[in-house]
Amino acid sequence: MRQWPKEGVPLLFEQGAPGRGSRFVEDAGRPEDFLDPALLRRRLPLPDLAEPEVARHFTRLSQRNFSVDGNFYPLGSCTMKYNPKLNEAAAAYEGFTELHPFAPDAGAQGALHLLWDMQRWLSELFGMAEFSLMPAAGAHGEITAMLMAKKYFAQIGQPERHVCLVPDTAHGTNPASAAMVGYRVVAIPSTRRGRTDVGALRARLDGATAVCMMTNPNTLGLFEDDIVDITRAVHDAGGLMYYDGANANAIVGLTRPGDMGFDLLHLNLHKTFSVPHGGGGPGSGPVGASERLARYLPQPLVTRRGDGGFALEWDRPDSIGPVRAFWSHFLAIVRAYAYIIVHGVEGLQANSRLAVLNANYVRARLKGVLSVPYEDLCRHEFVCSAEDLKRATGVRALDLAKGLLDAGIHAPTMYWPHVVPECLMIEPTETETKETLDEFVRVLSSLVARAREDPSALAALPLHTPVRRVDEAQAGRLANKGIGLRWEPPAADASPNGT
Amino acid sequence: MSQPADRFYTKEHEWVKIEGQTATVGITDYAQSSLGDIVYVELPAPGAALERGKPLGVVESVKAVSDIYAPLPGTVAEVNAAVEDDPALVNRDPFGEGWLIKVSLTGDASPDGLLDAAAYAEFVRSL
Amino acid sequence: MSGYAPHTERDIQAMLEVIGAPSLEALSSVPDGLELRAHLDLPPPMPESQAFAHLRRLAEANQAARMTSFLGAGAYRHYRPPAVSWFATRSEFLTAYTPYQAEASQGTLQAIYEWQTYISLLTGMDVSNASLYDGATALVEGVIMALHATGKRRVAVSLGVHPMYRAVLATYAAGMGLEVRELPMDERGLTVCEEQALDGVSCLAIQSPNFFGCIEDVPTAARAVHAAGGLCIAVTAEALALAVLQTPREAGADIALGEAQSFGLPVGYGGPYVGFIATTREHVRRLPGRLVGETRDVDGRRAFVLTLQGREQHIRRELATSNICTNQALCALMATVYLATVGSHGLQAIAATNLERARRLRDALCALEGFSQTFAAPFFNEVCIRTPVAAERLAARFYEKGILAGLPLSRFYPGRDNDLLVCATELTSPEDIARFARAVAAEVPHAAVA
Repeated sequence: MRQWPKEGVPLLFEQGAPGRGSRFVEDAGRPEDFLDPALLRRRLPLPDLAEPEVARHFTRLSQRNFSVDGNFYPLGSCTMKYNPKLNEAAAAYEGFTELHPFAPDAGAQGALHLLWDMQRWLSELFGMAEFSLMPAAGAHGEITAMLMAKKYFAQIGQPERHVCLVPDTAHGTNPASAAMVGYRVVAIPSTRRGRTDVGALRARLDGATAVCMMTNPNTLGLFEDDIVDITRAVHDAGGLMYYDGANANAIVGLTRPGDMGFDLLHLNLHKTFSVPHGGGGPGSGPVGASERLARYLPQPLVTRRGDGGFALEWDRPDSIGPVRAFWSHFLAIVRAYAYIIVHGVEGLQANSRLAVLNANYVRARLKGVLSVPYEDLCRHEFVCSAEDLKRATGVRALDLAKGLLDAGIHAPTMYWPHVVPECLMIEPTETETKETLDEFVRVLSSLVARAREDPSALAALPLHTPVRRVDEAQAGRLANKGIGLRWEPPAADASPNGT
Repeated sequence: MSQPADRFYTKEHEWVKIEGQTATVGITDYAQSSLGDIVYVELPAPGAALERGKPLGVVESVKAVSDIYAPLPGTVAEVNAAVEDDPALVNRDPFGEGWLIKVSLTGDASPDGLLDAAAYAEFVRSL
Repeated sequence: MSGYAPHTERDIQAMLEVIGAPSLEALSSVPDGLELRAHLDLPPPMPESQAFAHLRRLAEANQAARMTSFLGAGAYRHYRPPAVSWFATRSEFLTAYTPYQAEASQGTLQAIYEWQTYISLLTGMDVSNASLYDGATALVEGVIMALHATGKRRVAVSLGVHPMYRAVLATYAAGMGLEVRELPMDERGLTVCEEQALDGVSCLAIQSPNFFGCIEDVPTAARAVHAAGGLCIAVTAEALALAVLQTPREAGADIALGEAQSFGLPVGYGGPYVGFIATTREHVRRLPGRLVGETRDVDGRRAFVLTLQGREQHIRRELATSNICTNQALCALMATVYLATVGSHGLQAIAATNLERARRLRDALCALEGFSQTFAAPFFNEVCIRTPVAAERLAARFYEKGILAGLPLSRFYPGRDNDLLVCATELTSPEDIARFARAVAAEVPHAAVA
């Protein structure tokens, strides 16, 4: 097992020496040669490092990360599938990277064609009338859709609709996005079967209902069997149905949210369509809309002109307007496009089926190890609970998660959704081998066995990661005062490496 | 967990100690232990009006956030600056130095509907 | 059997047996009536070698990507040292998730902490978050911070703020019920901050250099909005300018935000880029999105961890400071590697080169008869040029000659038909400038050098 140096990797600001660094441009003078010194900053207290120092710094930092390329990463609701390297090669083509967003349409036909194809393909795959590729991430797609819903209700003369129904298993972004447009959020409970309680939902429907936001399969990994009844009831009450596409990896090519009755949806191209997560972004969160909502989509969209050429379309009078500065996370769209063309519908469908297979396989094998609270077969992910284990031994889901890290396996999503106590949410994805899944089951089983023999041992894990359990409370208490959120220069010296 | 007998409790896990026209409010040992390490406490400004059962502030731990509800009506007379500066006080001494606010009681300040120590202890056991 | 999935028929059969399901189809079936019935109009799967070539053809169809360019306007072509993508796109960074598990994510966490430090040092502010989607959404988040801080729903925004940023703010404002007041520009190209326009506002957002390229008088604007009881939001669309201009903090801003694409990210047809937002200690709890803090592990090692999560959507749900979940970690990492690679001296030298090239470009164009500098205010690497013929027409003609001449202002400022916004960076060679000026002279014959 690797020994991690106790001192870690020094910060960039603790390295380097003034004057180090490569020369990237010829000498053009000093800023004060061009501007009144009153307009200029007095000093620029950033470190000077030589490129070899930079190389070692970031290589060593990278070695302190888990990643899909290096580790099994069964993080529920995050779809940590393999990111094909074709995607990366395509996104690095200069014809894409060097294209300015204000380039005339005539000079950007390749990019526009690609975007136009994506708009149509996503509409086909998810059963929507039109797609906007503009939103930058899932939560950005959600707020985009809420803005569209609000404008729709204003235009049809029902601005009083202000209630957003959200199941208690929903992602936290759902209520937060709804609240941003002033909607009052009402939580809908789940049944013992892990499905949204249709009766409770119906009871909350009235003339104030604006939107009902659903994830299907939901975050327990279960398909909402009553979805058609739900969308019908919400529509009958005059409300709109929103589909959170976080779990779309279970359904691509198998069923379509549009056919279930959804009016609006977002996708996470960084989950379902293999755009790498990048340590927390950039994502891409396209929004699809049904026939009656499409005219509110953010603009510009891409259109095909009569002569066959492609153009940005700015003339959509009912559009809510743009939701970011430029047209899309284009280089992320390129990656998703590459993924779609190598798979075709059949390949995407096969991936969804295999994602379901992998999840059910792990679920079946873990049944005797941890409690699996819902009887039904799952979709692409499932939840299990360490509640019984905790009662028997005091060992918590957190301890099991930390134990997995020592074995080089990333932890599942923990303590969420809240409806399951001591929850571990496991999503293997389709790109993992049976051998990896078997190894995961073996490691988790041995951790549970060890918990029963020597519960205190688990509280000490992990032992072999670059750092061990960290003091989050201390970080939080200082951060609330604005302390410990950045490197601070030593008091006597206001700059890095002592300039 | 023992609950001091000199005060009343709510099912939302606040305690209130009434001394004449003034009451001191805090959260219980059960509440602090369920929340875990508390990192932030948001309290109302002195003078703010409190309505029985309405949120008066927030306690925040590393992984959770919880509203604090006013057990009785009144106006805020004093806030515990020591807790604002060092929220861990609530974890260390929830019934003592970790108190949150003092309230000048107004209106119907009868403790009807609040639990005594025994009833609260029974309530916590049932959870 | 499919793309990148590893399953053999034998694997599938063995796994189905353990599950007790008869077939893959049965296992993944959906309730009656919801099975996919429609024929989907997508192309058949392409072998990877063909896909590679197909994508290259699409890339090469973007002729504008190869042209000499004087376009800026919120997206800047700068030199990107190869070290930036080499290190930032290592698998360990590229294919990691948001660093929820601190023990398994120290690399990402420390890099974000370094980004937060860089942004704080560049803006002069106390604290920065882990990044936002882009400059426009950063403006929206900054405005929301000001609303929470002041309780006022009226917002003042300079017309010199990037028109797309203002358009995005308008989109959100319509849904959130905010009143946005736009402040006019004077003949020097600077924002007019009149007292009554700032009455009752939560904030004033002012961009410097502004969309016309002009360096604004932020200190005067900050004093004016402070007098009105609002916060000053300093916006930057060209982050390189932070290397030389008075910092937002020195200028009196409460919130500094903007776009950092210039730090090592390609223009990439508009994204992904990386927004930044920084503020004073006083407002730290109002910051949206992720924040990384320093702490210790149980053995006393320095460690980094996501902190102040109580503000965020996954805990506070509808009461969160923002709905943001994802940030732009990889883009922020690229900017961090860029700043580390060029260093303090390198960044200042690059900024100086931008100053020099932009003046060379201005001089070359304004030496032609009928051309002049539209605004007198000082500028960084972009400047508005008054043209004797419609700027839109000029730009269209130059595109045919393989030159992206700049952005006609009429695109966003109706009536400004004869103003062309041009940009020069360290990648703009003196030869490019000379060729452009010669082409302009040839295109507008009476504009030949007097």
